[in-house]
Amino acid sequence: MLAVIGVPTLQEIFDRQIPAPVRLDRALELPDGLPEQDVFEHLRALAARNTSAEDELSFLGAGMYDHYVPALIDMLTERSEFLTPYTPYQPEISQGTLQVMFEYQTAIAELTGLPVSNASVYEGPSAVAAAGYLAKLHNGRRRFVVSAGLHPHSIQTLRTNAHGYDAEVIEVPLRDGVTDLDAWTEAIDGDTSAAIFAQPNFYGAVEDAAALSAAAKAAAGPAGGAGPVVVAQVDPITLGVLAPPGDCGVDVAVGEGQPLGNRLDFGGPSFGLFAAREEYLRRMPGRIAGETVDVDGRRGFVLTLQTREQHIRREKATSNICTAQALNALAGVVYLSWLGRRGIVELGELLLARTHYAREQLAALPGVEKLYEQPVIREFALRLDADVAAVRRRCAEQGVNPGVDVRALSGRDEDRGVLLVAITERRTRADIDRLVDVLGAAVASEQRETVVV
Amino acid sequence: MTPIDDNHLHSDPSIETRQPHGGAPVSATPPLQRDVARTIFQKGAPGRRAFVCPELDVPAVDVGELLPERFRRSEPPRLPEVSEPEIVRHYVGISKRNFDLDSGFYPLGSCTMKHNPRLHERVAALPGHARLHPLQDPEHAQGALELMWNLQRALSEISGLPHVSLQPSAGSHGELAGVLLTRAFHEDRGETRHKVLTPDTAHGTNPATVTMAGFEVVKLATNADGGIDIDDLRAKADTDVACLMLTNPNTLGLFDPNITAIAEIVHGVGATLYYDGANLNAVMGLSRPGDMGFDIVHFNLHKSFTQPHGGGGPGAGPIAVSDRVAPFLPVPVVVRREAQFDLDHDRPKSIGRLRGFQGNYGCFVRAYAYICSLGGDGLRDASETAVLNANYLLARLKEHGVAEYLPLAYGELCMHEFVLSGGPMKRALQIKTLDLAKRLLDFGFHPPTVYFPLLVDEALMVEPTETETKETLDAFADAIAAILREAAEDPEIARSAPYSTPVRRLDEVAAAKRPVIREVMA
Repeated sequence: MLAVIGVPTLQEIFDRQIPAPVRLDRALELPDGLPEQDVFEHLRALAARNTSAEDELSFLGAGMYDHYVPALIDMLTERSEFLTPYTPYQPEISQGTLQVMFEYQTAIAELTGLPVSNASVYEGPSAVAAAGYLAKLHNGRRRFVVSAGLHPHSIQTLRTNAHGYDAEVIEVPLRDGVTDLDAWTEAIDGDTSAAIFAQPNFYGAVEDAAALSAAAKAAAGPAGGAGPVVVAQVDPITLGVLAPPGDCGVDVAVGEGQPLGNRLDFGGPSFGLFAAREEYLRRMPGRIAGETVDVDGRRGFVLTLQTREQHIRREKATSNICTAQALNALAGVVYLSWLGRRGIVELGELLLARTHYAREQLAALPGVEKLYEQPVIREFALRLDADVAAVRRRCAEQGVNPGVDVRALSGRDEDRGVLLVAITERRTRADIDRLVDVLGAAVASEQRETVVV
Repeated sequence: MTPIDDNHLHSDPSIETRQPHGGAPVSATPPLQRDVARTIFQKGAPGRRAFVCPELDVPAVDVGELLPERFRRSEPPRLPEVSEPEIVRHYVGISKRNFDLDSGFYPLGSCTMKHNPRLHERVAALPGHARLHPLQDPEHAQGALELMWNLQRALSEISGLPHVSLQPSAGSHGELAGVLLTRAFHEDRGETRHKVLTPDTAHGTNPATVTMAGFEVVKLATNADGGIDIDDLRAKADTDVACLMLTNPNTLGLFDPNITAIAEIVHGVGATLYYDGANLNAVMGLSRPGDMGFDIVHFNLHKSFTQPHGGGGPGAGPIAVSDRVAPFLPVPVVVRREAQFDLDHDRPKSIGRLRGFQGNYGCFVRAYAYICSLGGDGLRDASETAVLNANYLLARLKEHGVAEYLPLAYGELCMHEFVLSGGPMKRALQIKTLDLAKRLLDFGFHPPTVYFPLLVDEALMVEPTETETKETLDAFADAIAAILREAAEDPEIARSAPYSTPVRRLDEVAAAKRPVIREVMA
């Protein structure tokens, strides 16, 4: 090969190109390479030092959930044809990926009741930030009003991004577990670019999405002209039973796609869903697959509206996103096909019933009360009359992870004592009953100990 | 373009018919792949299903009591009604309408389509990784945090920069992190700067990122050797410049010999130097961005570190930074406190969060497994072989019959990729780079990146990677030569290609003019 290239040594190729001062004159200080089985054992040993949802009875949620992932998803996502190609730049040999994108877009549009969906973005909180940027491009305003019921990571991510283009983020507090409608209306004005809430909210409560959307549109005031872009962060797995955002006056729906057939994976990769009304189509971030025909008139799919995108539009692009989450979105659409039209409703109703049961049983325990009375679907918040961290430690000793210590996540003082409990279809009545026993004992012990001290 | 009447070509499966001029064999397409596309929404029947709902084991309560009607969905979403066998047949069927890296050569420039070892899928699927909740307490996620810590240390060593955040979700997300870090760095010093320099060879993500982060893009010219035009840089570098974003080797596959001078100029005006790591596969263990003077680097774990590309993700875009930029890194940061690993959220100067949780951990597992498999010497071998393969393929394409039509755009040698210009081919043979790319599909190859970088006329950007054999490189070079010979006889063959693919050239203009982006259901 060197003879064909016309150099005496491989080194010469580098010597002729990389200036000596920036050449690394030593070996990388990394461990030596290992045979495959040794790497496997090392990674297995690391995995064994994690307590996964396999190892304890877990009620953790707050953005990612231990839903069951059907076996056919593993089979399909591990197929070479889906796993190993890249972005479908050559549509003639990428019809599989492109059709998956098209089907995914269809499923998300159906689920959200909004006419246009892209082929996914990174994940939930950055999808919220992307919706903020779309609103800024749409109306040029630099003020975001967000409900405190939005996931803290979403608020923080929006703030990080908004700081770059000098936009402010104003937080509206909750009342009785949901966005305070008066404060919401008051905070939104003619300079508000987007009004953003979560459905269900971070604390698990179902918001009155229609009322929030209507109030936001009306609050822009007589002088303000068009109202803000109303954005909802939704949980797609609840949309079999919850009214779709499109029917509630929402303009842009975003969300974390993990509950749809994706693993927990310690937080990623998953996918972010992003759907909107028609008027936002040309400002959407990310890839979009569109239908067309080939020269023989045969139906086919292509990446479309690429003039929005960075590789064509460069500094005028609507987003910088390039590689996103195609394989995770495939898992999402396969999952939705597997659940099917009836299944998503049945699953939603099962979650509703079990979550209700768990909430009532737990709230009946001494030292435990509901944080609010609003309806919940798959997650709910409790206030413990004991230190949450200490209670969680006691539960962990019994192999139960009772849920998320909200204050540790949100950093809000008012969240002291708040435990967020998630119920998936993998948590049976027996599991819930065990949680009730273990949490009840832990709270009681903690209260006794606190009194003694 | 006037498509030839080629109905006979694709109705007849014989290779000879499709190769009227005796070119190299094409990969024959089974009839299945030529079926008219039907989506999952067009299959199934009312009532058909795959999912069996777990039993209702808690007391039944009327749904209306749990969720008032005004909050409820009135009609079920029109999701497919299909059985599991139908789902499997459907997706396996459409998967066969994809070309993929496991099936053949994929020399897509700037994308580093190297082999994806299946070990990585196996270890990522271990329940201790795959079913680990992101809010698990750090003391119960020590294996994951140790893995992230080890990966951070490895990326630090590879980049020559001391501090790493794994959080960004992809290269473009890493770029956004980097430019926001730059903003925070200047603001912390009480400075407001407005401009970011990007070369005209830059990936599109660079200027797009600059705008998103609230800066103005200033373009830098490329000199005759394919590097940064130093005079242009000197003229534009002033104290209103926050950052220069650079890829090195750049998108022409060339290592900029003036990198030290460039760093001096940029640092001289108080700006930061940002390294787009898309081309890191050229220099692992050979040269380090930190030693070149870069302040911020992003890595594409789905490129150099072989996380599978997944049809367009997932990826991951960790960043490494110098000491002066470290205080601003996104939260949380993985830290080691004696023998324990933890997540540090308490970083007052941090730019904040870029996404939920800790990043694309599943990608970290795969990248870490890769680094463990190769070790330091193996990574260097990988880069050396990538560069060797690229130069060998380039040399093969410099041979008579090719080079006069597809000359190298800049330089003589290359790093891990190279860019040819199809300009002479277009003028002499009346076929465009696009036609060459489409004809390559009939020869069973994924085409190189086309029409990028923008400053090269009819650009063809080729990145073979280290995991391809000499035989594959030779076959690809032979295919290019064969297509050029064929075009000299009859350019219409390439202009109407491909013939053997599941669909032929698609009407992208119509798709954009009247967007149909979801299945219209009855």
